Amino acid sequence: MLAPARTLSGADGLKHLSVATPDQPLELDSGRTLDHVEIAYETWGTLNADKSNVVVVCHALTMDQFAASPNPVTNRPAWWPNVIGPGKAIDTDRFFVICSNILGGCMGSTGPSSRRPDGTHWGTDFPVITIADMVRAQIALLDKLGIQDVFLAIGGSIGGMQVLEWTIQARNRVFAAIPIAVAPRQSAQNIGFYEVGRQAIMADPNWRSGRYLDEGTRPDRGLAVARMAAHITYVSEASLKQKFDRRLQDRQSKTFGFDADFQIESYLRHQGQVFVDRFDANSYLYITRAMDYFDLATEHEGVLANAFRGLDTRFCVFSFSSDWHYTPEEARDLVRALNAAGCETSYVTIETDKGHDAFLLDEPEYEAALFGFIDDAAQARGLPKAQETPKANS
Amino acid sequence: MKSGPGSHGIRRADHVAIAQFINKGELVLDVGCGDGQLMELLQSERGARTRGLEVEQAGVNRCVAKGLAVVQGNADADLPVYPDDAYDVAILSKTIQELARPKFVLDELSRIARRVIVSFRNYGHWRVRTTLMTTGRIPSLGQDTGWWSDGARRPCTARDMAELAAKAGLQIAAATAVNGKPVTGKSLTRLNWTAEDLVFVLERKKP
Repeated sequence: MLAPARTLSGADGLKHLSVATPDQPLELDSGRTLDHVEIAYETWGTLNADKSNVVVVCHALTMDQFAASPNPVTNRPAWWPNVIGPGKAIDTDRFFVICSNILGGCMGSTGPSSRRPDGTHWGTDFPVITIADMVRAQIALLDKLGIQDVFLAIGGSIGGMQVLEWTIQARNRVFAAIPIAVAPRQSAQNIGFYEVGRQAIMADPNWRSGRYLDEGTRPDRGLAVARMAAHITYVSEASLKQKFDRRLQDRQSKTFGFDADFQIESYLRHQGQVFVDRFDANSYLYITRAMDYFDLATEHEGVLANAFRGLDTRFCVFSFSSDWHYTPEEARDLVRALNAAGCETSYVTIETDKGHDAFLLDEPEYEAALFGFIDDAAQARGLPKAQETPKANS
Repeated sequence: MKSGPGSHGIRRADHVAIAQFINKGELVLDVGCGDGQLMELLQSERGARTRGLEVEQAGVNRCVAKGLAVVQGNADADLPVYPDDAYDVAILSKTIQELARPKFVLDELSRIARRVIVSFRNYGHWRVRTTLMTTGRIPSLGQDTGWWSDGARRPCTARDMAELAAKAGLQIAAATAVNGKPVTGKSLTRLNWTAEDLVFVLERKKP
């Protein structure tokens, strides 16, 4: 079932990742075509006999396919261990879970850091891609793995955009969908913040018009600034105040200089520095651009409900009260459209001061709602229900 | 109140009274579904398919954790997006007297669902009338804490509800006192005197 681990022809240094190569070239929204696309992916659990227990997990901007096990390249732990695992809401004892690195990413899937046939890196010659293109690549991956139907598509943030695209592209092949902390369109505010990040990367002299991999440089400072700007939008004023407020970093008084006097500065600098070690600057440009272009209503005669009309998929939309990156009000727009389209829809808002990143954190009410929705959907799909007592920790 | 097989704890009497009007396989929208007790009852004992709308987030989250399809939203604002004839039945169980715009909501539900079932407290009951006559005050019924309190109920009678239904283009197909036997619309006068809690089954008037 699984493609053998092997050395990638594309991104260097990513050995022993599972990679599939779909048979067909990928036709992109831009009109361009990508030949010989590689999709790196991870799986957990066992595919059942009638292939009805497939869960597709879609990752967010800076995540990767290592949702439920440690990343051997970056040595970072699994990013969703509280949700995926034995006895968890996405129960690997019952479901076959697939998470793939998005097209344009930098953890083994084809992207701007991959090599072209002539051996040079794509850089900014890589075609601009969309969320729909990412999902096309994921559908091609499942086709390659011989899987037709998806029991559940789930993901947060840009992963939530992919979930929505999954239900539209793989029409009625997705039984249940959980878009989390996402909007049906990228807001002007978000486009603005990501444009700041892109400009920071492109202003870094080491970016070299996107050819830094061939020229042996790294636009680390630009990428770090991009991460710092974006990170502010992933947390809330309340959580920043609680965590740092105006406290000073390892000093008693202001230095009257531009060193990191404040804890928040030190924290953001740290976030930027650790990010550049594991992420490719051009991937950041391409993925954020794909988010900018995301607007489901525009693609459906200006009526969002048209995107979902006639779908048999059952939806459960999640939002977080203090998320200002993708607000509960935007989630409500999505829910209204799903209702208008006649889809079976649930909508949960979790009260939290942790902002957008709350979708990755432990929130008992969030996990309980995920568990209940998924378990009920499993029963409706004819899959085994959870054990009477969920395992506390595994 | 009896608790039959498949029920979840104590069942509300008006829920049991509503359930008798729901047929197997019908798609039901419970407006103001709380923590989903009625939805569970209709699924387990009537074989209905249910959806819920609830304004309180805590109730919504409990519903979803139980596997019920519930959306957080406000009946006074969110119903216009629902398509025509999307549901077989819409239910307002002890909800209509707490709405800001009951006429608007009933208009919308009559468009969205082929039948609308409302359960409500009947302020036409003889005890209410005598209390008002003897004390000169609106009696506090059930959980009412005073006419000025937040979200206080709209005191209306069986006749008042019939009038609202007519204005929404609906007619009373069946009516019953909670814990009583269903009667036809002709006995409304009697019900208005004797029933403290009522269930109306409303259908669109034949053109």
